[in-house]
Amino acid sequence: MANTQAMCTSFKKELMNAIHQFGAPTITSRTSLTAPTPDSFKAALYEATAGAVGAGTTVYTSSGEVSGTNYSAGGVDLTGAQDWIEPSSSGTTGFSTPTANIVFTNVTLTTAFDAVLIYNSTQGTKAVSVHTFGSQTITAGTLTLTMPANDATNALIRIA
Amino acid sequence: MITTTKGDMDESLLDKREGVVDNDHERTTWVEYWLDGELVHRSAHVTFKRNVFSQTAIGGFNG
Repeated sequence: MANTQAMCTSFKKELMNAIHQFGAPTITSRTSLTAPTPDSFKAALYEATAGAVGAGTTVYTSSGEVSGTNYSAGGVDLTGAQDWIEPSSSGTTGFSTPTANIVFTNVTLTTAFDAVLIYNSTQGTKAVSVHTFGSQTITAGTLTLTMPANDATNALIRIA
Repeated sequence: MITTTKGDMDESLLDKREGVVDNDHERTTWVEYWLDGELVHRSAHVTFKRNVFSQTAIGGFNG
């Protein structure tokens, strides 16, 4: 079974429990936390033949993850002042996109991979989404995953 | 200079190959450098086009 692009089903459920903190909103206190800081997120790569990640992924898994020179298990941190652009909406669509491109620098990954799992490293590595692409290998080089425009049509995550 | 499996090398010493994959799902460009038939560098740049989208639904009371 192949890796499949999806918003992770568990993430949809967890949104209703406000488990993931993409931005820095001001909220009404339930107990004591009124000004939460954004969570930290990471991105991990998965081998094309593994079929390890998709809609059913609930947390980061090392099963099927790539390995190679200068690649650390668990992948790389999303970067920026906060990892995601402050969630926004337009029309009936809510959306957000990582602040910066995801870059794996000077790695050698000889086994073909075709998916990246984005997960919340602050909240127990809970899965957010899986994004697939054509199989790639990298040799003493850099893999750059360029983020789309952050709007209601193109953002990396959209909910309508 | 190009980072390779044999250390940094002058680009003029290497055979450069490039490619593009452009479809509804992604635009990916890649570059390879070869030395005497051996792949010594490969980088890729993936731009996502079709991203994850979730359609919400609400229940009604008129069942």
